[in-house]
Parts: sequence; C-alpha cells; structure tokens
Amino acid sequence: MAKVTVDGIEVEVPNGASVLQAAELAGKEIPRFCYHDRLSVAGNCRMCLVEVEKSPKPVASCAFPVADGMVVKTDSPMVRQARRGVMEFLLINHPLDCPICDQGGECDLQDQSMGYGMDHSRYRESKRAVKDKNLGPLVKTVMTRCIQCTRCVRFASEIAGVPELGATARGENMEIGTYVEHALSSELSGNLIDICPVGALTSKPYAFIARSWELKKTDGIDVLDAVGCNIRIDARGPEVLRILPRLNEDVNEEWLGDKSRFAVDGLKRRRLDRPWVRKGGKLVEASWREAFIAIAGQISGRDPARIGAIAGDLCDAESMLALKDLMAALGSSNLDCRQDGAQLDATRRDFYLFNTTIAGIEDADAILIIGANPRREAPVLNARIRKRWLAGPVSIAAIGAPAELTYPVAWLGNSPQMLAELRRGNLPFSGVLREAKRPMVILGQGALRRPEGGSVLAAAWALAAECGALNADWHGFNVLHNAAARVGALDLGFLPGTGGKDVRGMMRGGVDLLWLLGADEIDMARIGADTFVVYQGHHGDRGAARADVILPGAAYTEKSGTYVNTEGRVQRGEFAVFPPGEAREDWRILRAFAETLGHRLPYDDLTALRQRLAAVAPVFGRVDELPRRGAVDLAPPAGDPDALGTEPFVPAVMNYYQTDSISRASPTMAACTATYYPSVAEAAE
Amino acid sequence: MTMTERATKSHRHGAEPADFVFDAESDASIDNILKKYPPDRQASAVLPLLDLAQRQMKRQTGSAWVPRVAMDVIAARLGMPPIRVYEVATFYFMFNTKPVGKWHLQVCTTTPCWLRGSDAVVETCKRATGIHHFGETSADGLFTMTEVECLGACVNAPILQVNDDFYEDVDAATTEKLLDALRRDAPPPPGSMIGRRTSAPEGGPITLTTLDFAPGSVPRGGE
Repeated sequence: MAKVTVDGIEVEVPNGASVLQAAELAGKEIPRFCYHDRLSVAGNCRMCLVEVEKSPKPVASCAFPVADGMVVKTDSPMVRQARRGVMEFLLINHPLDCPICDQGGECDLQDQSMGYGMDHSRYRESKRAVKDKNLGPLVKTVMTRCIQCTRCVRFASEIAGVPELGATARGENMEIGTYVEHALSSELSGNLIDICPVGALTSKPYAFIARSWELKKTDGIDVLDAVGCNIRIDARGPEVLRILPRLNEDVNEEWLGDKSRFAVDGLKRRRLDRPWVRKGGKLVEASWREAFIAIAGQISGRDPARIGAIAGDLCDAESMLALKDLMAALGSSNLDCRQDGAQLDATRRDFYLFNTTIAGIEDADAILIIGANPRREAPVLNARIRKRWLAGPVSIAAIGAPAELTYPVAWLGNSPQMLAELRRGNLPFSGVLREAKRPMVILGQGALRRPEGGSVLAAAWALAAECGALNADWHGFNVLHNAAARVGALDLGFLPGTGGKDVRGMMRGGVDLLWLLGADEIDMARIGADTFVVYQGHHGDRGAARADVILPGAAYTEKSGTYVNTEGRVQRGEFAVFPPGEAREDWRILRAFAETLGHRLPYDDLTALRQRLAAVAPVFGRVDELPRRGAVDLAPPAGDPDALGTEPFVPAVMNYYQTDSISRASPTMAACTATYYPSVAEAAE
Repeated sequence: MTMTERATKSHRHGAEPADFVFDAESDASIDNILKKYPPDRQASAVLPLLDLAQRQMKRQTGSAWVPRVAMDVIAARLGMPPIRVYEVATFYFMFNTKPVGKWHLQVCTTTPCWLRGSDAVVETCKRATGIHHFGETSADGLFTMTEVECLGACVNAPILQVNDDFYEDVDAATTEKLLDALRRDAPPPPGSMIGRRTSAPEGGPITLTTLDFAPGSVPRGGE
C-alpha cells in the first residue's frame, strides 16, 4: 500500500494503482477521454493531467503509477492551464456541430469544454474532415468528430473479442475504422456508442430522435435473454425511445447485448392494443367484456383436465403466478413453461440454475460448455467468460456445434457421447477438469431440449460431481437459460401438477382450451384444430395468429415485474410507459377474468401479489440478493446419466437478433438479420 | 456470425489482386525471421514480413507494394488480427498500400532538404515525369513520386530516394539526368551526385589540412 496525498487528502492505495485511481479514492474528479476503468490504459488524450510535487511537468494521471509519499494536486493553476491547452488542441479539429449532434447533452467533450474550453478558437485554418465508416445497421459514425481516444478500438479487441477496429495511417491522417469496410461482427457493438466520449459513434436507429434531457428514465430489467441485464428505459411521453445498460457489477457490469438495446423499436410495432374474438373463422375487434364472456363460455362446464396453460419466455413472475392461481381455481394441473420441451429437473433449485453465478465465472479455472453458444445465447455472459480468459490461463472446452466464440475453445465433438467419454477419462480434457480447483460446467438449452435431455442433465451433473466441481464453497454446475421467464416459472412451479400434461401433452388436442401467456415459441400447427386458444400477450406474433380470443397485455417496459435470471437472481423492473390502447398489465387481466368466473384471486394490488409470490417461493422475498453458494446436497437429478443418445446437439439460438415476439417485430433486428445472417433472412422471405 | 456471413465489401483500392502467396524465396527468409522471436511474440515479425511481401510484389509485378490480401496472409501467418497488420502497414510510409511505379521517387521535403532546394527537385520530377502531385504515378507507369519526411541524410541534402537507394546533393540538373538514366533502365551508382565522398566537404577537406600526424610531433596552434 502507498500513502498518497491528493489535494491535502491522504489516501492509501495499493501499489501499482494509478494517480487517477488515488484521486478518485480521495473524491477528486479527474476529466478524461481515453481512460476507462474496464479497458487497458492508453494514455493518449492527456486530459487527465495533474501536478505531482517534484515533477517539473504535469503528468497523465491515468498512466502514472503512485509512489509512497506522493503529493498530487488536481486543481492547481498549472493543472488548469495544462488541461486548457489539451482541450484547445482537441477542439482544433472537432467540428462545432453540437446542435445537430446526437451526443449533445450527454457528451464528455461538451461537458469538459465547459470547464476547460475557451470561448473562442485561435485556430484559423480549415478543420480536417474524415470520411464516415459503415459499421453496420446499429452504429452510426461521424468520424470527423472523433478525438482518437481509441476507446472503441480497445473495447472491440478486449471486451467484445472482435479485433476489427483499428487506427490506420498516422498523424493528421489517422483514422479509426475497420480499413476493409464491413459491419462489426459483435453482439456487443451497441456498447461502442456508450463508450465513445464524443459523438463519433452514435446509435443509428436512434439518430435525431430525441435529446437526453427530454427523456424520462426508468430502471428496468431486460427480458430478451436470461442474463437479466439491468437496463435504463428512456421514454418520452408514451414511447420508449431507447434502452441503455445500467451498472450492475454482478450481472452485466455496464454492458448490454445489441438485441436488448436495439429491439426497442419492436415495442411500437405489431402491438395488440385491444381484445379480439374469433367469429366465423375471423378475428374481430371486441371489448374486454365480450372477450371474457367468450372465454367463460368455453370454460363453464368443461372438464378441468381438458384446460391447459403455457407460459411464454418474456413473462413476469406476477402474471405467471396469477395464471397458476387461476388454473388452480379451475381445478386444472395442466401447466408448463418449457415451450422448447427442455428436460429440466425442477425438484431442486441448483438443478436448473447457473449456480457459479456470472461474477463467479471470474474465479473458475476450467470451463466446459455443453450444447450452448454463449455468444448468441447470452452475449454479456460470454463477455464475462472472455474476461476470465483474458485475466489468466484457463482451459475452455465445448461439446456442441463449433462456433466462433470470443476466446479459444477446444471443441471436443458434437455428440452427447463426449460427456460419457469425459467421465471415463478418455479425453485429455478429463484430466484438466479433474486437476482444476474450481471447474465449471455450463449446460445449454440445446443440450436439454431433446428427448434424452434428462440424461444429458444427469450426466453433466455426474461429471461435475466427479471432477470436484461440487463442494461446500464452489458450485460448478450451471444451466444457461435463454428465456427470461424460465427460472421464475420453475421457482413458482409453473409445471404440470399431479397427472397434469406438459406442453407436448397439451398439443394435438390434448386439451380443449389452451391459455397462452405470451407463448409464441411453440409450433402453433401442433395445437389441435378444435382446441380453443386464448392468447394473452403484447405482440401479434405466432400465438395471436392462432388464437380464438386475444387479450392484450403489457410488454416488459409497461409493467412493474419481477424476473429471475439464469443465476436465480430475483430482480424487479419498473413501469416506464403505459401499455397501448386497451392493453392492461397481465396480472390484472387474469385477476379480472377470474373474478368474472366467480373465483376471487387473493390479491388486489401489486403489494399483496408480491407477498403471495414470496409465500409461494421464498426466493421472491429476496430481491437483488444472491449469495454465492456451494453445493450442499449432492444427490443427483432424476435422469439416467448413462442413457445418452448419439444425435448431435442442435444450437438453441440460430439467429441472435430474432428470438422472441419483440425482436421479431423490430425493423432494426430485421436489418441486423439481413446483415449478419443473410441466409436466415433469405429463408424468411 | 461467420467471417463469410459478414457483409464484406471489396477494398477501395482498385488494383487489389485476388490472392497472395509467399513464394519460395520469401518463405526461406520467413523461417529465419520468425526464429528471432519467441513463440508467443511472433507478431513482432510483422515489419520484416511486410517488407518481404513488398519486395516479392516488386519481383513478381514490378511494383513494390503490399496489397491487402498480403496483409491478411501475414496476419494469419503470425496469428494476429488482420486490422493490427493494416495499422502497421498504413502507419509506416515505407510500405505502399497502393501500387507504385517501377521507380519510386521519394523526395525529402523536411526543413534541411527544403532549405537546400528540395522544391527544385520536386518541380523537376513533376516536369520530367508529367506527375502533378505527390502520390501520383506517371502515365507510363515508370514513376511514382511521394513526399517523405526526413530520411536522416541531412548533411547531403537534398535527398531523392529512388526505391532503396539514396541520391544525395541533387538539384534540378542532376535530378533531370538521374530521371533520364532511370528511364533508360541504367540507374547511376547511389550516393552524392556531385562527386562528394560520403559527407566530406565539397571539393575536398578544408580543415586539418596542415596537421602533421607523424609520431612524436606536437600539434601546432591554429593558423
């Protein structure tokens, strides 16, 4: 530890820390452009200059290591003069286009020029102009504004793991770009927009839409994958205009996947804004009353065993509990949340959770990925694996279809049999797993959504147990989910009760009345032709097309909802805007409908509903808390670990950009699909 | 997404060849170059490999330049991302990322050369080759003229570097002569164009001419 005095405040910082970090510890804000705490230090913008006693010149605090007894001044005349000089140089070539720049109002350069800029320019020569680059459908470039801090270059190569950006040429001709023009092949490219301190990289879909100070900011939880990224929903009036990540060190740090960020325009399209009832084979607009009467007419007198409900991938826990209570009141136990037929064992929580936790990935020393492509299924979590790989030696192997991940992976083969081989010790990686102190097994949905998925689950658990991944202070067994609602539904027991039917059982006429709560991922053709389908949800997607009655619900930005991420972390998103038209919060719809049948669900408001949530599953009482856990109970899950098949694993996510009703409605995501998966886009046409 | 699925546009430089393979001569040197660096530091070899590629292009096409496909080959060979090679190749002006003529005229215009008359050299090059501005290749494809920063031979300013050779102490007349010789494919020996020996004073020594270096002699005071 070194004792450093910053503006008279004495702080103790670890040896090797930078002067900037010491100053931050002392509560002194140091202006900066190129420095970013999650990226390597470049030290090229010179804005963070401070005065260090006994040093004749100001020093760049971000790249200057502390020494014991150092005396630092962050606001002396020398410092101010130096920073003014740096600012003047930065502004020589920076255009004066703040009024038409999308970064205006949230621009580091604009803010800091208030503190260190001059009121006029002494520069009479022409400013340099740089040709804009085409980085794909998400990131807009105005390269003339670039101050060459190289944050984007470092982000792309360090965090995103796609070293495609660089600084070419030199001196006044230096340009940031890809050299060979192509769209950035990263699922995290939207973060470049956040990280750019000026308006050089801005959001293409959000261009010229709004000013930051016009927006109402609401804290939310992302539901487009199962990571549960913390987001900020920026809305103006009734419209959500953009979504930004919110800091949560344990989940997403400060990153967000492109789908979660840019699918926001899908919230305005193909919305269900009023109830519809099918009459004579055609859906016609109806009132809530008519819709409820139509459903009640189908329910009355029907055998409860012929009624079923399926919860979709984007549902909040509140609405799933209300639906479960409704089904219980009707006497039906035909419930399921596993649209994809994943063979999950819900008897114990650690059979279906990402037990190591996302932050825990950083402590792992060997990682085995089974039937998953984390880059497409959970890009932010994938970035954490890459962070682990960058931090030091770690062995990563995978069983499944080879894919381009952002770290080196040993592909063991695409067959469940490789699990058996690993357990028998027939592969070199078996030894790696056994010798590892904190090995991790990540099981993807691609490995579970198959007839013998239960065996794969059991075999993966057995492998984890055998290689010492399950002990009192380390739980190395992980299930990576793709659906934001899945873990919450499993926690609530949204599963077939005694004698109840699962999704497969409810298909092909297995039930006469099927309630789809935002369930769009099942093959609608498999629903029996005579089955009466109620679709409750927010988008006119596959489910609504098949429905006999449509009840318009609220999307995740339009309700206060509780979600459980793949780690089992309970998080709550807040209401940002009202649902469109006559659409309502989903739990209210269910409660109102239950009342028309004469079943009064035991809650009148969200508080009471959440008390009931916590009563049904105590985990819902601990929002935002997730203690790191070890494996306590080593009893294995149900399946037979030796009954593995030979069929190769099929990736659960083929097209990262379109996985749910919101992203399928988004023109931006369609443009991404056309750019990044031209073959998928052509097939869809 | 795979590399093939990526929306790739062809490079902006027109004459880009479809592919590039190191020939046997280059290959032989590559092995020697790579041996100089530890296995995990192979990227250090990027400069010598770019130079090799440029020389091979000179051998094969008569134009010393590094096409983008060659940079990709180097990146793959050294296990580094292609953009890192592009960065290096575009940073150093010794690497030509566009085709150049048979004779690459590199005129130094930095202060010492400029004071000693590099403007006249530039003008002569322009007049004699029909080139209008720096970076242009003459219509006959023989000459490309570029402006370079200090070549480190200021004592013999101005300098005109042709391909790898320095022609020193040039002026309008000697430049004209030199260009004629190049056109005839008969480059004169490199060095001073006024017969100066390395950087010795023009017309022979002017100091220490009277010193007697015989053993035992005592140097006399200044005269």
